[in-house]
Amino acid sequence: MNHTVLTEHMTKKYQQRKITNRVMIGLLASASCIALIPLLSIFIYVLAQGLPGLNLNFFTQLPQPIGETGGGMANSIMGTLTLILTASLFGIVWGVGTGLFLSEYPPGRLSNVVRFSADLLSSIPSIIIGLFVYTLIVIPMRRFSLLAGAVALGIIMIPTLARSTEELLRRVPVHVREAGLALGLPRWKVILRIVLLGNSRAISTGIILAIARVSGETAPLLFTSFNNQYWQRGIDQPTSSLPVQIYTYAISPYEDWHQQAWTGALILVSLVFMMNMMTRYLLSPRRSSK
Amino acid sequence: MNTKAILEVKDLHAWFGNTEAVKGVSLSAAYNAVTAIIGPSGCGKSTFIRCLNRLHEELPGAYATGHVLIENIDIYDKKVDPVSIRRKVGMVFQKPNPFPSLSIFDNVVAGLKLAGVKRQSTLKEIAEQSLLSAALWSEVKDKLHAPGTSLSGGQQQRLCIARALAVEPTVLLMDEPTSALDPISTAKIEELMTELRKKVTIVIVTHNMQQAARISDQTAFFLSGELIEFGETSQVFTAPQKEQTERYITGRFG
Ligand SMILES: Nc1ncnc2c1ncn2[C@@H]1O[C@H](COP(=O)(O)OP(=O)(O)OP(=O)(O)O)[C@@H](O)[C@H]1O
Ligand SMILES: [Mg+2]
Repeated sequence: MNHTVLTEHMTKKYQQRKITNRVMIGLLASASCIALIPLLSIFIYVLAQGLPGLNLNFFTQLPQPIGETGGGMANSIMGTLTLILTASLFGIVWGVGTGLFLSEYPPGRLSNVVRFSADLLSSIPSIIIGLFVYTLIVIPMRRFSLLAGAVALGIIMIPTLARSTEELLRRVPVHVREAGLALGLPRWKVILRIVLLGNSRAISTGIILAIARVSGETAPLLFTSFNNQYWQRGIDQPTSSLPVQIYTYAISPYEDWHQQAWTGALILVSLVFMMNMMTRYLLSPRRSSK
Repeated sequence: MNTKAILEVKDLHAWFGNTEAVKGVSLSAAYNAVTAIIGPSGCGKSTFIRCLNRLHEELPGAYATGHVLIENIDIYDKKVDPVSIRRKVGMVFQKPNPFPSLSIFDNVVAGLKLAGVKRQSTLKEIAEQSLLSAALWSEVKDKLHAPGTSLSGGQQQRLCIARALAVEPTVLLMDEPTSALDPISTAKIEELMTELRKKVTIVIVTHNMQQAARISDQTAFFLSGELIEFGETSQVFTAPQKEQTERYITGRFG
């Protein structure tokens, strides 16, 4: 008797569960779609506004003085690329290195302090970091420079990279490390060649995210690398960059500059998008398993 | 057969912080002997063999004292580099643990490649030999560049054996190498060990009494970190000297 009651009960429950399941999946799916709306609309809007101003000159020419039409943002594009590259040079090494330290070395007071500082640093508004670099580099050097901008961007990269690298390496099981050690490999080699390289794909994802995040940073660049209207002249000279140029043009009263700003925005968005795709391609399993 | 002791453990203690997991163990093994370590769960078998390649001390807070002589060199001598010891003392773990990002080939030669051996012809030769010794060659020779993790559990364990053999150890430590495997893979690995023992001295931890009886020359019975009995396998299993040993091997134990 009990048996049939139970079966009936469970069948009913099962029907209910199936319905709840469908409803929840539906809700989640629509929530995800709604989340895509802002992304897509930004992209479409930037595309629509930016495309009209897109031409070869935009990539090859310097900005024109006020009043003259035409010209481009070639120097800002180069500037942004150089800034990102220089920032990455030390930001990646420092950030990933800190992540390695946090995950591979025995927990202790030092690592707690480092972890806490990283978390704190990542929540500091980027403009404050700009100010910090301003006092650290710009004032002593008495000028805005690419170096200062790159240092500001690099510092912003460090905490996110450190934490994403740490989280990732923590997920590598102990037995993988032990297998390496048991082969008679020194610990640093196990860490670098097996743990780190073995997860290069995931680590690159962290790197891309960090780079993508700083590519659009404007505030810290305003008073570090500043801006200019000509080609970059050296690491100790101010440099133009897409975000600052977009900002300058966007708040200007000139129709022509507004158009340029939109096109600049389109380039910036595409740049981030391309970096993403490129790294994905380079690290696709097809290529890396050769 | 050379009967000189290749492995000699003298008064070995191992600690996890304040807990002593191995309490003064002494034993020795002759060239090409197979030594089985048996005992109930938590008695310190893994800890013990992890001291034989100084892997134990890699855990935070863990350390060991005493002497372990391998080919007459005390690996616990202060002047000895633990890394160099681990090239001579290979290890196979309970769970097959190929490097997840590497191909079958790269897994086998990882020890050599990362130590700086670059010549492809050398690497290929050693990979083939090691895979042959691990009885895996015929199954993987056509897909050496597939990921190591694409193999079955039993094949992965033989891959790990091949990887350990590739650096030509003199001693091979095996911590329950077949406990995660099905009977057929287990039989394959046991069969393989009778071949391997011609080249290396094997110390194997096992929970499987029949396995210990089948493959080992001598058996050590551990209980709560102490070595209770150590002797020829046939003697330990048929005429144990200690009551605890007898109770354990007859299954009248926790
Ligand atoms: N990482 C660790 N930290 C602290 N204590 C540990 C650690 N690993 C093992 N121990 C303790 O050391 C003792 C011996 O453990 P060990 O792993 O050597 O046992 P074992 O004989 O291999 O057991 P099993 O047959 O279950 O594998 C146990 O009491 C265990 O609780
Ligand atoms: Mg164990």
